[in-house]
Amino acid sequence: MKLYSTTLFLVCSILFFKATAQNDSMALVKGGVYLPLYGASGQTVKVDPFMMDIYPVTNEEYLKFVKENPKWKKSNVISLFADKSYLTKWENDTTYTGLPNAPATNVSWFAAKKYCECQGKRLPKIDEWEFAAMANEKVADARRIESYNQYILSWYETPRTFNNPIGESYKNYYGIYDLHGLVWEWTQDFNTVLITGESRKDGDKNPNLFCGSAAIGASDLMNYAAFMRYAFRGSMKARYSSQNLGFRCVKDIEI
Amino acid sequence: MCKGYRNLEFDMINKLKYFLIALSFVAISCNNSAKKDSTTSEDTSMETSETAKISDMSIYNLPSHWTTQDGEEIELKELQGKVLAMVMIYTSCQAACPRLVADMRNIEKQIPESKKDNVQYVFVSIDPETDTPERLTAFAKENQMEDDKWLFLRGTEEDTREFAAVLAVNYKQISPIDFSHSNIISVFNQGGELIHQQEGLGVNNKETVQAIIDLAK
Repeated sequence: MKLYSTTLFLVCSILFFKATAQNDSMALVKGGVYLPLYGASGQTVKVDPFMMDIYPVTNEEYLKFVKENPKWKKSNVISLFADKSYLTKWENDTTYTGLPNAPATNVSWFAAKKYCECQGKRLPKIDEWEFAAMANEKVADARRIESYNQYILSWYETPRTFNNPIGESYKNYYGIYDLHGLVWEWTQDFNTVLITGESRKDGDKNPNLFCGSAAIGASDLMNYAAFMRYAFRGSMKARYSSQNLGFRCVKDIEI
Repeated sequence: MCKGYRNLEFDMINKLKYFLIALSFVAISCNNSAKKDSTTSEDTSMETSETAKISDMSIYNLPSHWTTQDGEEIELKELQGKVLAMVMIYTSCQAACPRLVADMRNIEKQIPESKKDNVQYVFVSIDPETDTPERLTAFAKENQMEDDKWLFLRGTEEDTREFAAVLAVNYKQISPIDFSHSNIISVFNQGGELIHQQEGLGVNNKETVQAIIDLAK
C-alpha cells in the first residue's frame, strides 16, 4: 500500500510539473466571435477560449515523440496513416535534417493528431486556428490592415521558409509566433473544406453547393491569403504530408 | 496505440497492479507498444493476437469503436472477412443522402445471389449527435433495410472525423440540421483495403458493382 501511494505521489507530481511546463509554452486565446472566410452563408462563428502552442512543433520535439512512440518512426509507420513523403528528408528513423528548432514538416495529419494526443493536447480546429491567426502584433483582428495582408502575401512568395527556425516571425497579440511566415499547419477538421473538385461531378440540382459557392461565398473577396489556406486544406488528404506543412497543438481551458 | 492523456486516471487505476516503473513509464511518456516494438505490454499483445494479419493499408488498423442501429458496440475489425460497400450519410439529410441510399440499394440488387452473403453494406453517420441507434433503426426501417446486410454505424465525433479522413470524405455542418458532404461510395476487400471509390450522385455504378463481384466469394 505504501508502494502505491508513493507511486501515486511521484506520478502526480511529475504530471503536475509536466502540465505547468506545457502551459508555459502555450498562450491563451481568449476566443470570441468572428466572420470566417467560408461562413455558413455569412454567419459569424463563436470560438471558445483555448490554449495554443506558442510555436509550431520542431524537429527536435518530433524526434522525441518518435523515439517514445516507435510506431511513428519513418520505417514503422503504416501506410494507412502516412504516405511515402512522411519524414522524407530524415536520414533515418532518428536523424532529421536541418535545424533542431526548425518546424517539423512532412508529417501526416494522423501523425500530427497522435503527437498532440500524446501531449494531452489536440490539433486546433480550423476556426480556432484562423481566429488566432487574424492577429498581428497589436490587435486581435488585423484582417483589414494592409500591412498584415502584405506580410502574409510576401511570405507566400518567399521560397523555403520551412528551413527557418521557429520564433523569427512576429509575436502576435496573444503572444503566439509563426502562424504566418514559416509553414502552413494542420488542423483537426481540415477535411471540412468542401472546395475540392469532386463536388463538380455530382449530378445534383444544386451543383454550386460546394464549388461555385467557394468563390462567391467568400465573406471577404479581398481575403486572398486566407483563400489560399482553405484551398490548400481542401487539397490535402490525411495521409499526405508536405515539406511546407507543419503543425502545433491546442488545449481546451480546464474549468 | 499511444494512451491519451484523458485516459490517464483510468490507466493508473487499471495498471497499479503492475510494476511502478512500468506504470509511470506508460502513463507519462505516452509510449505504447507497436507491433514492431519489442516492449509489448500485456494488453496490447492480447489485442494483436486476436487480430488476423492485416495489411498496412487496412481500415482495420483504426482503433475506433462504433454503435450499430441495434445499439450493439462493435469495432471495425469485426467486419473483417466481408467485402464492404461503405458510405457516409446523416439521416436528417434531405438532398443527397436519399440518393446515396438509393445508389447503395441499386448496387446491392446487381450482386448475384450466390455472392450476396459475402457483402456488407455500411452507412456511417456524420451526425452522431442526432443519429442515435433509435434514429438509425427508424431510418433502416423507413428504407426497408432491416436485413443483416445493412449496417448503420455511429461513432464519436472524433472517430467519425478520422474515418472520413481515411475515406477522403469531406463534410461540414452548415446548420443545426444540415451538412455539406462529398458523395463517395467506397468498396473494401475482405482485409479492409480500399479497392474502389465511386464519386458523385446517380453516377453509373457499373464499376462499383464489378469491383464487389470480383472481390466477393
